[in-house]
Amino acid sequence: MIDFSQIDTNVPMLESKGLCKYFGGLKAVDNVDMKIMPGDIFGIIGPNGAGKTTFFNMCTGMYTPTKGNVYLMGEDVTGLSAERVARKKMARTFQNLQLFKFMSVLDNVKIGCHIGTKTNMVDSIFHTKRYKQDEEYVVHKSEEILRAIGLYEYRDTMAGNLAYGMQRKVEIARALALEPYILLLDEPAAGMNPQEKEELMEFIKMLNDGGYTIAVIEHDMKFVMNSCNRILVLNFGQKICEGTPDQVKSDKQVHEAYFGKGIIAGEAVKVHG
Amino acid sequence: MEKAKDFYEKHKLIVYLILFAVSLVVPFVIEQALILRYICTIMMYATLAGSLNVINGYSGQTCLGQAGFFCIGAYTCAALTKNFGVSFWIVLPLAGILAALVGLLVSLPTLKLSGIYLSIVTLGASEIIRIIAQTWTPVTGGALGIKQIPYPNLFGLELFRPKYYYFIFLIIGVLFLFITSRVLRSRVGRAWMAIREDQVAAKSLGVETSRCKCTNFMYGAFWAGIIGAAYAPFVNYIESSQFTTDTGFNVLAMVVIGGQGTLLGPIIGSAIVTILTETLRFLENWRYVIYAIIIILMMWVRPQGLLGASDSILAGGKIRRKEKEQGGKKA
Repeated sequence: MIDFSQIDTNVPMLESKGLCKYFGGLKAVDNVDMKIMPGDIFGIIGPNGAGKTTFFNMCTGMYTPTKGNVYLMGEDVTGLSAERVARKKMARTFQNLQLFKFMSVLDNVKIGCHIGTKTNMVDSIFHTKRYKQDEEYVVHKSEEILRAIGLYEYRDTMAGNLAYGMQRKVEIARALALEPYILLLDEPAAGMNPQEKEELMEFIKMLNDGGYTIAVIEHDMKFVMNSCNRILVLNFGQKICEGTPDQVKSDKQVHEAYFGKGIIAGEAVKVHG
Repeated sequence: MEKAKDFYEKHKLIVYLILFAVSLVVPFVIEQALILRYICTIMMYATLAGSLNVINGYSGQTCLGQAGFFCIGAYTCAALTKNFGVSFWIVLPLAGILAALVGLLVSLPTLKLSGIYLSIVTLGASEIIRIIAQTWTPVTGGALGIKQIPYPNLFGLELFRPKYYYFIFLIIGVLFLFITSRVLRSRVGRAWMAIREDQVAAKSLGVETSRCKCTNFMYGAFWAGIIGAAYAPFVNYIESSQFTTDTGFNVLAMVVIGGQGTLLGPIIGSAIVTILTETLRFLENWRYVIYAIIIILMMWVRPQGLLGASDSILAGGKIRRKEKEQGGKKA
């Protein structure tokens, strides 16, 4: 398994300072500071179009920020390409599933092992020792992850043929194959039924107990409030609140963002929370 | 189709032995040199189409300029063996390496491009290579081409009969299949296929897409160069008009008809297209119309080609409803 002991718990796992992304005149993300400490389950919430996914895309190198910086374990990773960031032990999943749909579940996870292996073309042609070691490692690792996530029996099924909730799990499994320190999940529970959500929550908590730091974008308030220990709220690209679930629940601005300004709406939050 | 696959899985060794025996016997059974030459041509195009298939079918880029790499291989061989008397066996890998280097050069500006833009660049590169071959008279013989390319020499035996070329192309083809299947089943091949399936996801998993695309291009170009080098003494005379984009599209047609993303597809495609070319010769230029119709029909009815799997991204990227319901709908 992954050695988490080398992580300095005093340095934020992922930190953003004054992060901005402008698309022309649209300020998709504007001046957002965030600190995710090692061991957190960090929730990012906000109404639709608040800039949550854009924010994630900047953290993982998919977008280059207009302004501001991203630090991964104290190291500046601003403007690095997505594949370079992935090598620095950060893995992610996507909101609208970017699975290799026509490959088997096992192959999906195998590709996740890409950066953990070093086989080059010559190795693969002559089946050198490195090739054999790598293949053994890849198969072993992938099967181990699939067992842990409960997809082992579907390893030969084509990923696109699975039910939606399972496809989300395949994506998480694939991300785990990178052996990341921090896992960024973009709406992992979307499209799942309540029972599946419950299971996923358990699984995320289990990963967190195992040492993974987790950042999650989610719309399901029950999910976020129950499992996250810190929450960032975005609205129209701006940070309106960051704190523990209780702080967020009682924050006036958050109420306004979700329910508008009104007394009846204000009540609704309490019922929901 | 399924049955054939099952049989192959069960009796791999027997299948290989039979194929081996048949391929050994063929040149001795078939007496007519002309037919043997056709078989050689089929094998040659099979490897060339296979090399294009590595680029188009496995990493999902659309290269239209395979004729250019083929041209480099052929001219390298012809120029070196004729002007400098270098041995054919040394030239063979050399031509591959040279073609791979040019492949790298072509792939560099295309890293930021994809789809149709990439295709246009490769098409242009192929034409540029051909025009260089046509005008660089001291080396390539200009418009006259290179005549009387020396035959390869194996331990004093001059290889000029189709029978010998049969074995040369067979060995190159088998080597290509063997090596490519190994590469595809490794980390390198998986990365290529990941790029084909979803480039953004591949990036997020740390696959260096740019580097993988470069090696993919180089690999495809390498084999095109090698087969070009073997082609030069086979036809004994090369000139630039043999390497026009028509040749490139011809090879592309083989890949498309046979099935992109399969190892056997290009072989079938090569056989079909070459046989059609010979049997439809009486139609003269009208046969190109027939090719066009076949390609359009293929794209319409079976975009994945004859041997391609119906459930692949090359078949239009749709998951069939029926399968979806069968395959573990409820967990």
